[in-house]
Amino acid sequence: MTQPLDILTETPSQTAGPYVHIGCIPTFAGVEGVYPEDLGLSPISDGARGEVITIRGSVYDGTGWALRDAMMESWQPDAAGLFPGQDGADPKVSGFCRFAADKDSGEFTLRTVKPGPVPLRHGGLQAPHIALWIVARGINIGLSTRIYFEDEDNSGDMLLNRIEQRPRADTLIARKTGEGEYRFDIRLQGEGETVFLDM
Amino acid sequence: MSETAPLMPRRREVHPVPYDPDYKTSVVRSPKQALLSLESTLIEETGPVFGHDLLGPLDNNLIYNFTQGAAPAVGERIRVHGRVLDETGRAVPNTLVEVWQANAGGRYRHVKDTYFAPLDPNFGGCGRTITDENGYYEFMTIRPGAYPWPNRANDWRPMHIHFSIFGSGFGQRLISQMYFQGDPLIDLCPIVNTIKDRGQIDRLVAPLDMQNSRGMDYIAYKFDIVLRGRRQTMFENKPEGM
Ligand SMILES: [Fe+2]
Repeated sequence: MTQPLDILTETPSQTAGPYVHIGCIPTFAGVEGVYPEDLGLSPISDGARGEVITIRGSVYDGTGWALRDAMMESWQPDAAGLFPGQDGADPKVSGFCRFAADKDSGEFTLRTVKPGPVPLRHGGLQAPHIALWIVARGINIGLSTRIYFEDEDNSGDMLLNRIEQRPRADTLIARKTGEGEYRFDIRLQGEGETVFLDM
Repeated sequence: MSETAPLMPRRREVHPVPYDPDYKTSVVRSPKQALLSLESTLIEETGPVFGHDLLGPLDNNLIYNFTQGAAPAVGERIRVHGRVLDETGRAVPNTLVEVWQANAGGRYRHVKDTYFAPLDPNFGGCGRTITDENGYYEFMTIRPGAYPWPNRANDWRPMHIHFSIFGSGFGQRLISQMYFQGDPLIDLCPIVNTIKDRGQIDRLVAPLDMQNSRGMDYIAYKFDIVLRGRRQTMFENKPEGM
């Protein structure tokens, strides 16, 4: 026998299901009037420092069909790489956004500021990135990934360099499609499958 | 930002399998490649903070919040309460807990739910609260109905309440479901059974809690939630191996 470890076990996940919008963005589901507004409508408010950008994309299943029911959350620092609560962080950046795939087209839109680089615990910088969390019917535990940017220097990024098959790193890099506009598609399974994270 | 200690690695074996042919939608929505496992960094260790000022007085009362107090929802009145802890056993204070559920007839108020059980004009189906300094939360609601869903020819969801919990770091983010003690549909449900460890399924089944019920008013169910913990050590500030 030994002493007990006294470590609890995490509560198991269950799928968010097709009606996740009711709980997280009720207006999207057609439930009006319970809250003044949905939570996480925008990660920035007027006057946020830095370049305002728009990222569009879709979440594709293994057959190439764009999910119409996915819900996503993003979390990021401000243009200087500071998270809310850190000294000097931009008060106009909440950093958190909730958005859903369009019910008809499956396309999502995230309008935010481009984040700054963020330090690693033991020195060095990570290339600018946004954390993305995806839930939907048929996804039994939320999927985590990151959005990097084609027009940033990603060469020294710790995470991207840990992806053994180099072409797969491209699945985490948003393509520039215009001034301040990017495309970031997520493929849940199969050819071009997005790199998902366990961090 | 109070804490940026590394998160304990997620024990994937205590969670559902991503691919389960009995839950048909998971077949094309489950990644086939291995996840990339790394120690957490600042973006996983920090997360959004929501203040108690976010909440309206009826936000955690699903019986009344859709009508803003004008008329109660139909159904068996229940109170759901519990604590949010992390793997180290510490309370998770001031964290947002959101719930959503079907009405007493098993129907969701959602543009995509077409089940012919009727909507309740007095029930919206969402609620939210923030844990207190000791990690406690509670909701008043009605017991949700079981409902059929398109999977195999005759699949029914057991009575359940969906939960969304934040924690203090984005890497702790969790969505799960609470089931009710004694519901015979639990064992038959393909979504429940994506969890392969019977002991872990039991952790989603809330016991009837008569001592926290109130006569002639409501019965209570207790539902505790455990999020990922953080490693606490004075050695964290040194490079690996030092
Ligand atoms: Fe449900």
